[in-house]
Amino acid sequence: MRAFLRSLPQAFPKPSPSFLIPLIACLYVGMIILLPALEVVAGAFAKGLTPFLENFQSEDLRSAVLLTLRCTLIAVPANTIFGLAAATAIARRQFPGKALLLSVIDLPFSISPVVVGLMLVLLYSPTNGLLGGVVSTLGWKIIFSWPGMALATIVVTFPFMAREVIPLLEEEGWDQEEAARTLGASNWQVFWKVTLPSVRWAVVYGLILTTARALGEFGAVAVVSGNIAGQTQTLPLFVEDAYKQYDTELAYGAALVLGGVGLVSLLLKLVVEQLLGRARETEPMN
Amino acid sequence: MLMAPAIPARRRGFTWPGWLQMSWSWRITWLYLALVLFLPLGTMALKAAAVGPSQFWELATTPEALATYRISFGLALLAALLNGIFGLVIAWALVRCSFPGRRLLDSLIDLPFALPTAVAGLALAAIYSTNGWLGAPLNALFGLKVSFTWLGVAIAMVFISLPFVVRSVEPVLEALERDQEEAAWCLGASPRQTLLKVVLPQLMPAILSGVAQGYSRAVGEYGSVVMISSNVPFKDLITPTLIIQKLEEYDFASATVIGMVMLLFSLVSLLLINGLQVWGRNWEANPAHNV
Repeated sequence: MRAFLRSLPQAFPKPSPSFLIPLIACLYVGMIILLPALEVVAGAFAKGLTPFLENFQSEDLRSAVLLTLRCTLIAVPANTIFGLAAATAIARRQFPGKALLLSVIDLPFSISPVVVGLMLVLLYSPTNGLLGGVVSTLGWKIIFSWPGMALATIVVTFPFMAREVIPLLEEEGWDQEEAARTLGASNWQVFWKVTLPSVRWAVVYGLILTTARALGEFGAVAVVSGNIAGQTQTLPLFVEDAYKQYDTELAYGAALVLGGVGLVSLLLKLVVEQLLGRARETEPMN
Repeated sequence: MLMAPAIPARRRGFTWPGWLQMSWSWRITWLYLALVLFLPLGTMALKAAAVGPSQFWELATTPEALATYRISFGLALLAALLNGIFGLVIAWALVRCSFPGRRLLDSLIDLPFALPTAVAGLALAAIYSTNGWLGAPLNALFGLKVSFTWLGVAIAMVFISLPFVVRSVEPVLEALERDQEEAAWCLGASPRQTLLKVVLPQLMPAILSGVAQGYSRAVGEYGSVVMISSNVPFKDLITPTLIIQKLEEYDFASATVIGMVMLLFSLVSLLLINGLQVWGRNWEANPAHNV
């Protein structure tokens, strides 16, 4: 450690750096990030391709995939509508409390997913929930069922879209919309033909982030789901369950599918970043 | 629908009450926030208030709960500080150094955000187990057990909070003017003095803000930690897992109280992070003030 600190300043006066800093950076990232990522691939194919493919005959795995897709397909469109509405409402207006409202929208990023799940249980649980009476009178099943899990996914992922679109809209300014309006466009026309195209890459970016997080969400969904194999088990829950049951191959197979999705989203994100050509890779995407 | 601050209510039959006279985008925003965020938050606060102050305190400070706070908040701090140091090194490597694999390193930093936490937990648990790629040598050389101990929990927290410091320091480091360092150097400052007195103070707000964000994330993390931890109370059981256990025992009061403690922590850390970011912006705008 001390040797490292001593070597740090030496990188300074000359622009040509010592090799030590990149080396430490690579070792650290290798141990914490790269090796675990490789381990998933190695583990999934440990016994060759055939056992890996056989995993997908598992009825529980298939139902987990379908449930994950269902939650994602509900959460992503809902959050896109919210994100676009919030962005068009908030971005170009100055009003007291704007910063506060933006922080409120970011709130789900700071709350533990488990607490998000707990809040939904306290709200909708038929026995203990605040709206439990209403829910059971109507005969709905929210907790321990897919509507609750979709809701949990929505809560955890809704800030992504809004927070991607708002800054871009703020930069763009009003001129084009005003021109369209002067030329007689209706509100809808302005939105579809001017506003939306101008932020399309931010929307794509937001879609990628929302989808990736929705597919992988664990904590919030775990609390609401009850984790019943074949019924209320999403893919991430399936990975944990299979792992805890020492069904290692199945766990790795499912983990590779999920990890693949994560990797694809990362690649897509890089492509979109290039397309956007923006230097705003700065903010962590959480 | 998007620009007029308030659309005059239509005269055709239905009129919105005064306070609802806003554009559709506002209506959607508020309705959505109310259903998805305010209603659950309010419920939680109500339920926690219903417990009553003395019982709240009792349930929030049982020995079991206190042990999980120590583990969650303590290990997350350890992880965040570790990432504060190494995040700076990584950001430095990415911005100031050119070496083969720099772009790969840059993309790898985002992996903890992209990789589902269950996958991360599985991979870390396997790799740091006593017969894993890294766990075996650690066990043979130092007799260390990482997976299924508190060390494993710390590693998972390091993984999950690594990107924050890197991504918050990078842009500040990029914007830093080399002139200052050269000036300091010309005036006879040693490289160490230049680093400690010229560079680090300017990076401090970004480092702290990254550490705070990583800390807040690590405290709340569940998915990856639960897989690498043995989840034994007083040993490596984290607070989110305790909440889930209480729910499974139908001990709703305890779950609510402990959840409320975590929620309050999140709110405080959110305020702190916002404060740090404002400080950072002011610092950038007028560094002379602060030195």
